[in-house]
Amino acid sequence: MYRYDTIDHAIVTARVAQFRDQTRRFLAGELTEDAFRPLRLQNGLYTQRHGPMLRIAVPYGLLSAAQFRTLANISRRYDRGVGHFTTRHNLQLNWVQLAQVPDILADLAKAELHAIQTSGNCIRNVTTDHFAGIAPDEIADPRPWAELLRQWSSFHPEFAYLPRKFKVAVSGSAEDRAAIQVHDLGLQLVKNAAGELGFRVYAGGGLGRTPLLAKELRDFLPWQHLLTYSEALVRVYNRHGRRDNAYKSRIKILLKALGSAEFSRQVEAEWAHLRDGPSTLTQAEVDRVSEQFQAPDYENLADEDLCHIAFQREDQAFARWVERNVHAHRIPGYRAVTLSLKKPGAAPGDASAAQMEAVAELAQRFSFGEVRVSHEQNLILADVAQRDLYTVWQRAKAAGLASPTVGLLADLIACPGGDFCALANAKSLPIAAAIQERFADLDYLHDIGPLELNISGCMNSCGHHHLGAIGILGVDKCGEEWYQITLGGAQGNTAAIGRVMGPAVPAADVPDVVERLIKTYLANRHADENFGDALRRIGLKPFRNSVYSSKLPERKISNA
Amino acid sequence: MRESRIRQLIKERRLQEDDWKVVTLVEGQPEMDVCLPVGPLLVPLAVWKSHKSCLIAREYEHGTPLGIWLTPEDNPAEIAKDVDDFTVIAVHFPKATDGRGYSIARLLRERYGYDGELRAFGDIGRDQIFFLNRVGFDSFLIGEGQSAEDAILAFDDFPETYQAGADLPIPLFRRRVA
Repeated sequence: MYRYDTIDHAIVTARVAQFRDQTRRFLAGELTEDAFRPLRLQNGLYTQRHGPMLRIAVPYGLLSAAQFRTLANISRRYDRGVGHFTTRHNLQLNWVQLAQVPDILADLAKAELHAIQTSGNCIRNVTTDHFAGIAPDEIADPRPWAELLRQWSSFHPEFAYLPRKFKVAVSGSAEDRAAIQVHDLGLQLVKNAAGELGFRVYAGGGLGRTPLLAKELRDFLPWQHLLTYSEALVRVYNRHGRRDNAYKSRIKILLKALGSAEFSRQVEAEWAHLRDGPSTLTQAEVDRVSEQFQAPDYENLADEDLCHIAFQREDQAFARWVERNVHAHRIPGYRAVTLSLKKPGAAPGDASAAQMEAVAELAQRFSFGEVRVSHEQNLILADVAQRDLYTVWQRAKAAGLASPTVGLLADLIACPGGDFCALANAKSLPIAAAIQERFADLDYLHDIGPLELNISGCMNSCGHHHLGAIGILGVDKCGEEWYQITLGGAQGNTAAIGRVMGPAVPAADVPDVVERLIKTYLANRHADENFGDALRRIGLKPFRNSVYSSKLPERKISNA
Repeated sequence: MRESRIRQLIKERRLQEDDWKVVTLVEGQPEMDVCLPVGPLLVPLAVWKSHKSCLIAREYEHGTPLGIWLTPEDNPAEIAKDVDDFTVIAVHFPKATDGRGYSIARLLRERYGYDGELRAFGDIGRDQIFFLNRVGFDSFLIGEGQSAEDAILAFDDFPETYQAGADLPIPLFRRRVA
């Protein structure tokens, strides 16, 4: 993984000193709340229901075991010993004290971590595929490019005050696991006919109030031009994006207003001036960064370990976990493992300090000392030998990290919601818990098969509800929490924005509604047809009828 | 005009006298009606366009240097051919969070080759100076409530920078020692 040199260290350390001084001036009354707001946001600090929330970056989702221990220590020392992993490679601490944040940032900097630009109207933490470097379908490793973009975008002097936030994602595989089509700038590594590496460039995707999939701006951008082209694109946005209304300020609105052809023309015109300039990437720099993402020293292993096969045959619970939580690896004898942060009863994406330490330990012993964070709010051990899977499973189970439900309904994605977030209309977490409780039966869950269910507490869509096969959005109806259901969303190569099913339903009805939707799906599906495919074939109507045609059982509001 | 007098000008890392007056149009006032006081003036783009020959004559006849100020909406391409006429180009920041002026500065410096004084004024101060300096501003009008001494420290907020800027056209990756 990328290690800081003395320059990287000096820059991040300088940032800590700068923010320490800004915090001091704010607390001394020398900076107004209005003047301090953009400064603290660009250091990941929000004001929240219980006090400030600190959003720490996990650059492109990759952490060393030592860094993971640092996060565990910080959550113990400055918070309540728990952290929340988000859908964008971040860790959120919900109980920090403002006066202590500079110390937290200093501790992070020592471990080559930071909270730089995790919020605010600037270029945010660059995200990528959690299987980067190991996926069998990989065209090129996206992480060096994400790191190059991290450096380019960190403290970019021209782009600290954009009209709105700007999110970048890079995918290096045939299958998009980085949700690039719902990012402001989405980059897909591709090779052209001559075998040269470059990017297919998408822009203008995003969720929120106006969910839109990105438009393709270029089918091939040679890698040398990554930074100059990005600079041209962000400059056009900075100059011409709307600033009069925060809901209409994302680049997607500019792109929609101009049309993608005109927007692209403006970017190309701007780029013509920057192209081949000093910011054109060099092979030497790409090599310097790429070297730091080299594969670990894999052993020569048989692809199938006999003991593992025996365990899998004899232990049904283990076999089920392997089926859902273990993933293919490009090296024979190795697999990637998802450590689930979706244990029923716990908030999706939450990890306790003890769990973080357990994960660090597992990473150190079984996965070359690295941990990854997925945008589905789980953790990944990317390089586990198949022969170690049984041990890893037992230890993960002991730490409450082995829910065998990856990709199933219970692996739902949810924002922290109204229990923590000052923006939310609704409490996502009790809804998530009620759904997980309703679908606690593993046989039933496995029978339903892969299904993405996403919950957002408000229109800001942090839970990516538009992308769920079933999406649940908290809305405020005269001070009561109601939920709007969308159906047919999808992420990845076939990304789609879900369609609203019908009128919103009260909180207490959500589990019943989900159950009716699932029953409709099961009653109608053809073999191997997933929820989205069935929906496409039979349409919304049968689903809608199942929910609204007969009265739902009376229930108490479960999350009042 | 009054605004500039109660503000402090930082230039070449020290507090300096400011003898420039900012000419503003009252809303709805046609630019032809503006009255131009004596002395060095920063005029709005519309006034520059409408009074170009008169302003240039003032420079020739009285040696009064020329200045202009741009709003975030103004397109700097409109003065691309004129940049050599100006002693000062100022860019207004109505709000610190309106970042358009940063792009305007880079375009003036890097695309249109402006090498005179480039001034930032409006809602800016100590916490913006580092980035403003990087995109090409070299003078800063800050509010009287702010400590100029403190603001001058901002030039050294970071010891190194990753990207190319108007201050340093070569990005770090071309300067890094392997």
